[in-house]
Amino acid sequence: MIQILKMAFRDLGRNRRRSFFSALAVGAGLALLILMASVIEGEMGSAIESAIKLQSGHIQIRAVTYNENKSSLKWVDLIENPEQIAGQIGALNQVKAVTPRLYASGFLSSGTQSAGARITGIDPLSPASDPYREGVVSGNFISPDDREAVLIGKPMADKLNLKVGDNVSLSLNTSDGNVQDQTFTVKGIYSTNTYGFDSATVFLPLVKAQAITQTENHASTIFILLKDTALTDSVLPALHVSSNLEIKTWKDLNALFVDYEAMAQSYISIFYLIILAISASVIINTLIMSVYERTREIGILSAIGMRGNRIMMLFLAESSMLAVGGVIMGLIIGVLATLYFNVNGFYIGNMGLSGILITDTIYAKLTTDNLINLTIMTFVVTLLSGFYPAVMASRMQPVAALRAEK
Amino acid sequence: MEVVKIENVTRVYQIGKLETRALQGVDLSIESGEFTSLVGPSGSGKTTLLQMIGCLDQPTSGHVIVNGKDVTKLNRNQRADMRRENIGFIFQFFALIPTLSAYENIEMPLLLNRQGTAERKERVMELLKAVDLTDRANNRPDQLSGGQQQRVAIARALAPRPALILADEPTANLDTENGRQVMDIMQKLNKDTGVTFVFATHDPRVINYARRVVTLQDGLIEKESKPVKK
Ligand SMILES: Nc1ncnc2c1ncn2[C@@H]1O[C@H](COP(=O)(O)OP(=O)(O)OP(=O)(O)O)[C@@H](O)[C@H]1O
Ligand SMILES: [Mg+2]
Repeated sequence: MIQILKMAFRDLGRNRRRSFFSALAVGAGLALLILMASVIEGEMGSAIESAIKLQSGHIQIRAVTYNENKSSLKWVDLIENPEQIAGQIGALNQVKAVTPRLYASGFLSSGTQSAGARITGIDPLSPASDPYREGVVSGNFISPDDREAVLIGKPMADKLNLKVGDNVSLSLNTSDGNVQDQTFTVKGIYSTNTYGFDSATVFLPLVKAQAITQTENHASTIFILLKDTALTDSVLPALHVSSNLEIKTWKDLNALFVDYEAMAQSYISIFYLIILAISASVIINTLIMSVYERTREIGILSAIGMRGNRIMMLFLAESSMLAVGGVIMGLIIGVLATLYFNVNGFYIGNMGLSGILITDTIYAKLTTDNLINLTIMTFVVTLLSGFYPAVMASRMQPVAALRAEK
Repeated sequence: MEVVKIENVTRVYQIGKLETRALQGVDLSIESGEFTSLVGPSGSGKTTLLQMIGCLDQPTSGHVIVNGKDVTKLNRNQRADMRRENIGFIFQFFALIPTLSAYENIEMPLLLNRQGTAERKERVMELLKAVDLTDRANNRPDQLSGGQQQRVAIARALAPRPALILADEPTANLDTENGRQVMDIMQKLNKDTGVTFVFATHDPRVINYARRVVTLQDGLIEKESKPVKK
């Protein structure tokens, strides 16, 4: 056995360049798989986390009849005593923040320009509002007692040509179906680096939003952030709401995204297969070439009484060594590349996927799961590709040793 | 004792529609300790006959009995075992494993026979001495001359102490001096150890070494002679 390994190793050494490039092909394949998986992991992970943080929360409580797309302000569609429900939920220890929010649709206009807006009344002091506060790029964040101040996103400010301190006119629907106009001052401009969100979302203090829409102390939703996304299912049994309300989790609230992710995963599997098939065909090709070149040698081994299965082992040993070499190279290249994109990220700008919030820079994120699975997958595929050439070698006739000319 | 018995062996090669009758019914018996030469013009079937005796190929009809066993009834693995245990080969093209040193080439059949380390080492050193290559033990085949390579091949063939060594034109690629040296060694080993040698050749100087000469013609044994000399 040791002799077989020694022979296999020397056989690879005999044609160093070819062995190196075959191993490199396996390595490059693996590196590409690792990088792809990490980028996707990074994108999916950050997209879902930012959707939760910015828009959906982990859990929301809403009226059963509430229609998110219409931002309805009819009484039946709203929650009557949100502070009380929020207080109860806030007592659960998995909960990081719980806060009522009010949504209304409207538009902002300045001079001749106008832009559709999703007016969002928030409690500026709630920890759930931190991502917006942290996103302020100029001016200041709103405070609960502001009555004429709005916080707008950077894309909206650019579009309407607004600076901090400028006046802007806001028109929005009210609970009785009328339209209300009022002039506000831009108190701050924020950016969460998420175009789909920043270009439309306009923040008011909740109290002001309730006043202008004439919804009194009602809220569209109770927005709940947990200490960790994984806690979602464990919190659900502890939530009890009256029959006119319903509980929605981030999975329900981001259904589009969850579907998109599932679809993306299946496309990605096809890419994986293509990459693996390329690596496999390089290995098969190298080994078949080497079997043909060594017809005579295989014949000699067979003539001196080496059984077919041992000859097969010799070639399998060679492909295992290529696999090990390739996997090591792949791990080094793949991890380094991932590390680079983990630190620097790569900028994709506004991908324009409507309904899905995606940040403009993707940071690769390598999980041990992915690393282990892809490494094993590459290793196994490489070994399997060595099988056919090895069987071919073991079936060769010993007469070849006497017949093949030099 | 009879080492090889060939009974009415034929071998027909078929390539497309073309049939070549390489052996057309050969009967031959080889006793232990013989030093026999197969001669005959090119294409007469010498190599084909050696392949039959050596279990490298199967006859189209007839029987090949080696060491009392009918090898035409064995499967691939059993034939490999038969070769490993009973038959050594020396080929025209020195047929060494290029990645292994002289020492390792000779050791190979011993490894295949699962002999112990100490035993292997002793045997390889003994053989290197017998073919006068002790100082070349660690050289790879490409670092050896043709004559030296062929001597390594002889040592390898001899290593597992086979009953029979088959050589196909062992001197065809060697100059006169090296050819003579190789034949001398083969003859000496035959005398000293009693191992049976059968070799195919065209070379009259090599035929001179033989104690029995079998002449083939068109796949049939044309005549036999026992030159008396020295
Ligand atoms: N694999 C093969 N396929 C087809 N025909 C073959 C094959 N091997 C040998 N032959 C034919 O069988 C006949 C006998 O060949 P063989 O090699 O046994 O002759 P030989 O006596 O060894 O000749 P030489 O002295 O040239 O080595 C020849 O006509 C040859 O062409
Ligand atoms: Mg021949």
